[in-house]
Amino acid sequence: MEFERHDAPFLTPKVDVASLMRQVLYALIPALAAHVWFFGPGILFNLIIACVFCLGSEAAMMKARRRPVQAALSDYSAVVTAAIIAFALPSLTPWWVTATASMFGIVVAKHLYGGLGFNIFNPAMAGYVVVLVAFPMHLNLWTAPRMGDIDYQYPTIIETLRYTLTAVLPADLGFDAVSRATPLDQMKTGLSNMQTFDEIHNNPMMGSFGGRGWEWVSNFVALGGIWLMFKKIIRWQIPLGVLAGLMIPSAFTYWANPGVHASPGFYLFSGATMLCAFFVATDPVSAATSPRGRLIYGAGIGFMIYAVRHWGSYADGVAFSVLLMNMAVPAIDYLTIPRIVGHEKFETWHHKSRT
Amino acid sequence: MTAPTFDLGTLHGGLRLPILKDESTAQVIQHVPIPSQLILPLAQHAGEPAHPIVSIGERVLKGQLIADADGIISAPVHASSSGKVIAIEQWPVSRRLGENAPCIVIECDGADQAVRLSEPIVPFEKLGPDTLFQKVLYGGIVGLGGAVFPTAHKLMEATTEDLEHLVLNGVECESYISCDDMLMRERAMAVVVGAQILLHALRLDHCFIAVESDKPEAIHALADALTEVQDERIAVKQIPTIYPSGAEDQVVQLVTRKEVPTGGLPTDVGCLVQNVGTAAAVYDWICSGEPLISRVTTVTGDGVVAPMNVVSRIGTTVADVVNFIGGYSERAKQLIIGGPMTGKSVTTDRVPLVKATNCILVLSDTPPIGAERPCIRCGDCAQVCPVLLLPQQLFWYACADNEAKLRSYGLTDCIECGCCDLVCPSHIPLTADFRSAKLRMRELADEKARAERAKHRFETRTVRLEREQLQRAQELMKQKEQIKKAGPRAIEEILERSGKPSGPDKDE
Repeated sequence: MEFERHDAPFLTPKVDVASLMRQVLYALIPALAAHVWFFGPGILFNLIIACVFCLGSEAAMMKARRRPVQAALSDYSAVVTAAIIAFALPSLTPWWVTATASMFGIVVAKHLYGGLGFNIFNPAMAGYVVVLVAFPMHLNLWTAPRMGDIDYQYPTIIETLRYTLTAVLPADLGFDAVSRATPLDQMKTGLSNMQTFDEIHNNPMMGSFGGRGWEWVSNFVALGGIWLMFKKIIRWQIPLGVLAGLMIPSAFTYWANPGVHASPGFYLFSGATMLCAFFVATDPVSAATSPRGRLIYGAGIGFMIYAVRHWGSYADGVAFSVLLMNMAVPAIDYLTIPRIVGHEKFETWHHKSRT
Repeated sequence: MTAPTFDLGTLHGGLRLPILKDESTAQVIQHVPIPSQLILPLAQHAGEPAHPIVSIGERVLKGQLIADADGIISAPVHASSSGKVIAIEQWPVSRRLGENAPCIVIECDGADQAVRLSEPIVPFEKLGPDTLFQKVLYGGIVGLGGAVFPTAHKLMEATTEDLEHLVLNGVECESYISCDDMLMRERAMAVVVGAQILLHALRLDHCFIAVESDKPEAIHALADALTEVQDERIAVKQIPTIYPSGAEDQVVQLVTRKEVPTGGLPTDVGCLVQNVGTAAAVYDWICSGEPLISRVTTVTGDGVVAPMNVVSRIGTTVADVVNFIGGYSERAKQLIIGGPMTGKSVTTDRVPLVKATNCILVLSDTPPIGAERPCIRCGDCAQVCPVLLLPQQLFWYACADNEAKLRSYGLTDCIECGCCDLVCPSHIPLTADFRSAKLRMRELADEKARAERAKHRFETRTVRLEREQLQRAQELMKQKEQIKKAGPRAIEEILERSGKPSGPDKDE
């Protein structure tokens, strides 16, 4: 009898990139629901626009690079990029801002570097930084979180959609009426105006940790992240690194002088900390690759977030921190190569001994 | 009774593979009848192939030496049953490289008449180490765990080192394979006495039998046998069921907490590792005079009707073995010799079962796996690598053919266990890539060596030519000077002489 010939191993892997990416997307669903609940349906429109432009750019670039388009679209990596862009942008964002971020992320940050697996920078964060610099006025307009006890005006679904498509709000709803400074903005302004942390934090907008609404979105993001860790889709090193890197210095300054510094709890649950720790920094392609390296990489991001929030002029620093640490990855990887079993230590001199 | 111990080292990574052994362990080991034809490859061991000492047409008996060890590292081959040698020819076999190999083909007469032993069987305690080593060599015994290194050579080499433990490897960590498990269950005493013989030959007084925790029956049987022989030197160690804890270096690491140094052998950390099957084979040869002419093999997979363990004569074809157990199922698509992680697929079942064949695995279609995608550097491969390599980096350098980086990232330390393949979400055939990178590296080294030799030859030649030229020039100068000294009269003489037919050489 004749048989087919294959290479060992003959057991087949159960995981694949597409299912990993899909599960990352599932993990974001609770946070998406919370986001819609607190900040209105805007994120859904942003998500659709980001998906269209991410997938479109991905297809166009694969075609231009003469690679199989279908294979790239079916791995869902572009959809994950789109989802993170949608989460990073305010719920009221004109479509061209989202489109610019998506296209820059996919075309420049991903495909010009060689596509999936070769991109040095996190595509979503690269795209976000570009629009942060190019359209600063659009990125500071966050709607106020929907809370029962705060009397406030909210745009309807139609009004949100109209704003997304035209950047025009109904005449009776001015920007001032719908938008609010984010808790991080308020904290930054407050602290620089010599208010104490407690004074700023006593505002009902501030919630118990990181701002009402904001902290709940953060909770659901963290929940999704923990589920991913449980499913071993992400490992604990990067999230722990990010959270510890942010928490330790902020705890130190807060305890040293609680009046003039924000609390570690505030830092952890406000802004995009949780999104960064569980969904952005954990992008394996642009992260460090050894377990020890990942801890360092995460801690570096955490500390950079703290530095930007504490000393920088931007209210949040997630995108900058991630991109900066992306640059440090080759060095981290090189310095954290594990000792191979049977070796004394990793011998880096091997490749220098060429005569 | 010697209780299993839990005092173990740790192994990085590894995988919990699906065990899939229940089907083949459901019944006792069955004996495959003597086939009509036996195919005995001359190279069933690591090292030089044996050379045939029988001629075509010759009648041979069971246990008769038909091919003798040849070269520094080699092992002899014995006839597995009685019959007539009908050919010595190329035959398809299963091995890493190449498809065919020279084999002695015996047409069996069914009488299974055994050859008379040249020496009477004496209790092994009465034999000295050297005699035992010699005997083990003559018995054609090789490592039955898969590496088939001639056992006698391994033992002799080990005596030059400072040995502490003999480790019998009963850690059968690959899915499907259960031949060592069944052997330990049914022939625990053979394993234990085999261990005693090896201890005696090596003048050691410590032996661990390492068995995986998923084999309680085997552990129990060994413990019973140990109680019976009352040997304090031998202890059973229970090893966690994690693939690849049964690889030689890994089992040493688990049992002794010592890492085998890179490029070294377990003997460097005082351990000699032998498969439990090898110990039983040593017992069979030393105590009953039967050389290595049969072995236990697991025949399993969804491609056979009735998976089971069988004892078959070495040289029985896979077709005969599968036929005996009830044949292939309709789904049979792939034939693998060895386990599902490190085995080798063959295209025909005409290949014979050899000393190394621990498993015949017949599988249906592999479940469709998605196409290979780019590496996303998830690092899951590094998480499972038992030797702490970074397969994602190795893959990168293998693609770039960067030999220096491949070396420093430990390509040569890769044990090719296949764990990384199984967790790779991008379905990159990492192990196959590393195997070919290693091959390329070896070829490159060979090429380098060849180039080096050629360069050396060329340089020596150049030096020689220069030297000769110099010598000739000096000679010429000398002659000229002599002639000058001798004056014009001499020149005339020379000219005169050169006119003669005998030539100028004659005078010298």
